[in-house]
Amino acid sequence: MSTAVLRTEVRLFRREPGAIFWILLFPTLLLVILGSIPGFREHQSDLGGLRTIDVYVPVAVLLGLIVGGLQSMPQTLTGYRERGILRRMATTPVRPSALLSAQMAVYGGAALASALLALVTGRLAFGVRLPEQPLGYLLALLLAVLVALALGSVVSALSRTTKIAGAIGSAVFFPSMFCAGVWLPVQSMPHLMARIVDCTPFGAAAQALNQAAAGHWPGWGHLGVLAAWILLLTGAAVRWFRWE
Amino acid sequence: MWPDPAFGDAGAMSVIEVTDLRKSYGGRAAVDGVSLAVEEGEIFGILGPNGAGKTTTVECVEGLRVPDAGRVRVTGLDPVADHARVARVLGAQLQQSELQPKLTVREALELYASFYPRPLDWAPLAERLGLTAQLTTRFARLSGGQKQRLFIALALIGNPRVVVLDELTTGLDPRARRDTWQLIEDVRASGVTVLLVTHFMEEAQRLCDRIAVIDKGRVAALDTPAGLIRRSAGATVISFTPSAPLDDGELAALPALASVDRKEGRITLAGTDETVNAVITLLARHRVTAHQLRVVDATLDDAFLDLTNTDTKADTADTADTADTKETAS
Repeated sequence: MSTAVLRTEVRLFRREPGAIFWILLFPTLLLVILGSIPGFREHQSDLGGLRTIDVYVPVAVLLGLIVGGLQSMPQTLTGYRERGILRRMATTPVRPSALLSAQMAVYGGAALASALLALVTGRLAFGVRLPEQPLGYLLALLLAVLVALALGSVVSALSRTTKIAGAIGSAVFFPSMFCAGVWLPVQSMPHLMARIVDCTPFGAAAQALNQAAAGHWPGWGHLGVLAAWILLLTGAAVRWFRWE
Repeated sequence: MWPDPAFGDAGAMSVIEVTDLRKSYGGRAAVDGVSLAVEEGEIFGILGPNGAGKTTTVECVEGLRVPDAGRVRVTGLDPVADHARVARVLGAQLQQSELQPKLTVREALELYASFYPRPLDWAPLAERLGLTAQLTTRFARLSGGQKQRLFIALALIGNPRVVVLDELTTGLDPRARRDTWQLIEDVRASGVTVLLVTHFMEEAQRLCDRIAVIDKGRVAALDTPAGLIRRSAGATVISFTPSAPLDDGELAALPALASVDRKEGRITLAGTDETVNAVITLLARHRVTAHQLRVVDATLDDAFLDLTNTDTKADTADTADTADTKETAS
């Protein structure tokens, strides 16, 4: 990791208003809109006494890292390869991997900032309790960030052009959002569907975050699913990524 | 200038050594046994038709490609195995590459300077390349010529011992091209070795101490520009419009004659200095006046066309004029 490259990539990220909106602001905006619906602030017996807004905070937390990891990062990385930016970097003492790791740091950091914003907004605007098992929550969140970055790297590895990266990214994006519970929180899903969603990266992440939010240590099953996906996807990205 | 034009100064270690380099893409040999040695402080040109393997050769020197066979050394180091050390002494300008679209010129210079242990000061370098007015301009908004000059600056910013410039002046207007040539001569004067890939004959003739002509993945000739020209069959071209008809047989009998061409009363002969003298004697003997007499040395163009294969002639003649043709080897 080169700090100069990281500084540059942070600076360039700040010049992307689209990415800033969709990663940093959109999840919280969605939370605010949902929280403005009176019915979503009432306790629901089928959510175990929680309010809809309570279960949407973890969804918003995951949304930022899904957008960053699956939509923005693969586009940027594939563009860097397509435009020969990685090649140019390969002729310097700093290897092009410095650009890769800087990109991951930028999008990982943005996803964490987005998560923090959603948590704080949920707490201040709608009285959603902060995670009662903070360490477990942080662990689940970090694993979720890693799995999003790994999945994004695989998308970039498989895409020859930014157009393809956009298409594959979207194809993975919507199922990921579904699993994270954007349309239907995992707690409300029918049993069989929830079992299947539990095995997906973002389904497992949503469950782990919910458990930690409620004050339990996230289930090792969910953390294990996340860890397995991280290993598998990282291996695939390393195997298939091309520098040019 | 050099003890042996083909191998340079045999006593010193060459800055770049390429020995029997081979590289194929999908079964097609792009480079098929190239050997050359670039000596300290020289400007060495690689000239050749499109797709001849020029870019692949320099990409192996830059460590961007792993050779299938053969040996490449830069200051005695393997560009693949010893990448970091080679990258510190070698500056590269690639034929096709870009930067992050929203990165400004100044940010690019500062970023790339930070990669090297003893970089040049970016401000004077930007001034030398006429980029001072563009320092806050983003890469995507630069003109083609400005982008090219920025990449030349980035090749030099690390204070390298050797720079590899691939299609250096492609996309530059004639004035910027001449300015760039001056810059390259200054760079060499400061002790930097230059490896230059080009298809501009004028550029090669003006800048290069020695030239390797590469054709179909092999070195077709390696010599000084003057040496290459001397090798071509018609090194000197004589043209004139005679005041009275001249006999074909007498013209054909001229010594060291390479070719005769008659067009609209004008005679063009290619040969050597010996041919020139004989023509003058012939004209004097017949009391024929030679109107608009011109004696010119053949150019590198002529030598190049002689050296590279006939079926690429039309193609290479075109590329001397069109700046944006790209090699398709990669």
